Amino acid sequence: MTDQAISAPRRESSLLRLVKGAALIRESWVGMVGLAIIVFWVLVALLADVLAPFPPNATGAAMTLPGGPAADGSSVHWLGTDHLGRDILSRIIHGSRQVLLYAPLATLCAYIVGIPMGLAAGYRRGLTDDVLSFIANVILSFPVLVLYIIIIATIGASGFNIVIAVTFASAPGIMRIVRGLVLDLRNREYVFAAETRGESAWRIMMIEILPNARGPLIVDSCLRLGYVIITIGTLGFLGLGLPPPDPDWGGMITETRSFITFMPHMVVFPCLAISSLVLGFNLLADGLREVSLRD
Amino acid sequence: MENGSSSYDGPVLECRNLCISYFTRAGEIPAVIDFNMTLNQGESIGLVGESGCGKSTVAMAIMQYLGKNGAIVGGEVFYKGRDLTTFSPEELRQLRGNEIAMVYQEPMASLNPSMTLGRQLMEVPLCHEDISEQEAYDRAVKILADVKLPDPERIMKVYPHQISGGQQQRVVIAMALLSNPSLLLLDEPTTALDVTVEAGIVELIGEIAGKFNTSMVYISHNLGLILATCDRLNVMYSGVVVEHGSVDEVFDHMRHPYTKGLFGCIPLPGADKTAHPLVPIRGQLPLPHQRPPGCYFGPRCDFFEAGTCDQEGLGMTEVPNEPGHTVRCRRWQGIDWDSYQPEGVGAGEMEAGEVVLSIDNMKKYYEITDNSIAAMVKGNRVRHVKANESISFEARSCETVAIVGESGCGKSTFAKVLMGLETATEGKVMFNGKDISQEEVQSRTPEQIGSMQMVFQNPFDTLNPSHTVGSQLARVIRKFGVEADKDKIDARVMELLDLVKLPRDFAKRRPRQLSGGQKQRVGIARAFAGNPSTVVADEPVSALDVSVQAAVTGLLMDIQKTYRTTLIFISHDLSLVRYLADRVVVMYLGNIVEQGTTDEVFSPPYHPYTEALLSAVPIADTSIEKKRIILEGNLPSVTNPPSGCPFNTRCPRKIGAICETEVPPVYEPSPGHQIACHLAVEDFESMQPVIVQVDEPANPAAE
Repeated sequence: MTDQAISAPRRESSLLRLVKGAALIRESWVGMVGLAIIVFWVLVALLADVLAPFPPNATGAAMTLPGGPAADGSSVHWLGTDHLGRDILSRIIHGSRQVLLYAPLATLCAYIVGIPMGLAAGYRRGLTDDVLSFIANVILSFPVLVLYIIIIATIGASGFNIVIAVTFASAPGIMRIVRGLVLDLRNREYVFAAETRGESAWRIMMIEILPNARGPLIVDSCLRLGYVIITIGTLGFLGLGLPPPDPDWGGMITETRSFITFMPHMVVFPCLAISSLVLGFNLLADGLREVSLRD
Repeated sequence: MENGSSSYDGPVLECRNLCISYFTRAGEIPAVIDFNMTLNQGESIGLVGESGCGKSTVAMAIMQYLGKNGAIVGGEVFYKGRDLTTFSPEELRQLRGNEIAMVYQEPMASLNPSMTLGRQLMEVPLCHEDISEQEAYDRAVKILADVKLPDPERIMKVYPHQISGGQQQRVVIAMALLSNPSLLLLDEPTTALDVTVEAGIVELIGEIAGKFNTSMVYISHNLGLILATCDRLNVMYSGVVVEHGSVDEVFDHMRHPYTKGLFGCIPLPGADKTAHPLVPIRGQLPLPHQRPPGCYFGPRCDFFEAGTCDQEGLGMTEVPNEPGHTVRCRRWQGIDWDSYQPEGVGAGEMEAGEVVLSIDNMKKYYEITDNSIAAMVKGNRVRHVKANESISFEARSCETVAIVGESGCGKSTFAKVLMGLETATEGKVMFNGKDISQEEVQSRTPEQIGSMQMVFQNPFDTLNPSHTVGSQLARVIRKFGVEADKDKIDARVMELLDLVKLPRDFAKRRPRQLSGGQKQRVGIARAFAGNPSTVVADEPVSALDVSVQAAVTGLLMDIQKTYRTTLIFISHDLSLVRYLADRVVVMYLGNIVEQGTTDEVFSPPYHPYTEALLSAVPIADTSIEKKRIILEGNLPSVTNPPSGCPFNTRCPRKIGAICETEVPPVYEPSPGHQIACHLAVEDFESMQPVIVQVDEPANPAAE
């Protein structure tokens, strides 16, 4: 295939560029902190089976305070237990797997849907833009929570359905960002050059325009990942998240929130877990933006 | 009023051994090195140089406005005898806008779009002086009249977008003059303007110095403008001043090889192209951290002598018998200019072949629909923008046809129709025997597309930053079906790089690793990849520095002659057109007002618009005198063009009502030379040339 003739050298060097670009984040103090938090949680999720002192669904003495002894007498519930006597630390550790699986997956799906919509709207303009923008505006005009409740209530609560719901709610926003970038990029002379040699619209959108929009999209995806984590937490809190009894950070909060006045640790630690991960992604996004604006 | 400083009679501004650096990720970058300048009251000094030579940095240092990462690392700047670095922030604030004022390149960016011009003007005296609103208003109105804006009272009430670019720049200059500053810094004040508008602004700037007794620092890349506005000039190259002297000394007896080279690069519209060939300076400006030892111009200089020119500690030496004329060169006395005959960029005369492209009465109208209720009631919902109105001309193989006109004259629309990005509203575009006026690019065959290609204007935009140079060229080759085999494509990419004189390993580079001139060369290679019979070049060199401009122009012409390609050269630069075009088409507001061979268009009889255009071009030659024609008014809007002759609203030779009512007839003084104008034959015959070479005994070379 002749296509490979020109894409082969490009692919190799763009990988190198990505690595080099990623290395730039070292120059941003904020970005490094964000990255450290994210790496920490990724490691926790990967090594959950090793790190967690108890099986996540095993029950023991209910409502043990942090640092309290476990039923077997030798180990300790470092963050206490919940109302059913499950170890909170272990549940947070195992819960990170769910978040770090579904949040990136949902974000990715939202981009896969949003980017082509934005490309088409921004490049074609006219009727295509009107129709797509109208759909996006309709979806965006719904309160997001109502939208989630409707979707999850209709198709049921499961990890896969969370991905669908998040995609449905986030894709219009992504579409708008991409559309804005494309409206600018489509007036570049290299796009005219591609048009004057009769390239197909598809090729112009995917190969001439999209790669040049990647900078802002990478920053946006980091921020968006943070929001999706909050969303998944919110869905869990509303009881629309992952089905019990498997640990889910949002679910842990909602299950124990009636005890918040006298047993706050059961709520506080899952909250901290969510906030720290979201903070990590936000700081990384800030750092990326800072680095990308510097040259 | 001048805080007692009016008693001061020393130099207004003095820079002594000024060194300025920027501190970046890559470390300290010296932007300006050992800069000396003394500016007296009422005097104007020009700073000339290519982009990146440190002109603007000097201006910013004078304003003490270098930003977070810039700093003066050596030397001093004295304003009226006081070191500027010792001023406190509050004193600086009082100084800026009051004592030192600055005019920037982009007028729209210098004015606040959300405030009326009156408010913005009044702000200056209200902020710096303790005066009443009424007084400030009166001063603002007066200054607007001083910069020759019609109806100052109206200008006071409008917002920036409601006036034209030239008027905006006049307002910016008025704002700078409002508090009667001692020093005015002008940073490329006319670069963003059209040439006929520029002429008016330059005239104004010339008058200011005398009228307000203001000292000026005029920064420009255009030597012609410096000649028109300044008393003395500094020629800068890569952060250092290479030559300094009075305008006459430097223009007539330049000593530094770079100055000489710079003059060689500038096309002169008056000169015969064989008597004054364009001579490019080879190589390119060194990056600040890659400057060579010794003379920074060394690697590009034809007189470079190892052991002399690469020694450090190069200072300015004074030219004997010419006080104040200094030059930074060790060898200037040893250079024999008379026997120096650099090879110029010349278009060898080539026989034009058969007609390749024939445009017959082509029209392109855009429809704009007005959805307001008022428009619906009146029934004028759909209006037409007449971008091109009955365009007719022919282009033969191996011929260069230049399309000349100011912004908004429809040049680019015409290019779009040719390329198939738009279809013509009416008329025919015959290309290689087929009418392509109604064929969009998608419906053209690969051969058709490949045989008509385009070189674009903006080098920073013309290549896709995400792909390597090689892959972009390879794509074109494959797309046009020139080659299909991978190895052959690679070989063809190398051939193309050789053709545009770029090293072969550039194929693996990305556009951002290339300089502007190099990118433009790749752009040319891309246009020639499909062996085109016609290339449309839309202002291909206007965004490049002059020294690179000549080289790229030369390259384009060489390739064109080698392949016997038809070149449609779209440009606003008449002086450049003079050098490379065989025929010239002058456009105004979508209409062709004059066309003919280059010699016919550049000598009388002229169309009045061509005459004004020629007069407006700044010429960097003291031996040339030109008729001064300053066009009044603004370019009319294309949505509402004037009836009759499109030029009647600004024409200095307007003869009467007939110009406004009837479309002008075509006057044909010689076959092929067409002028669309109502003027009588006698008027045409009595026209004098605009540009006249004054005979000088010192310059007997011009026969």
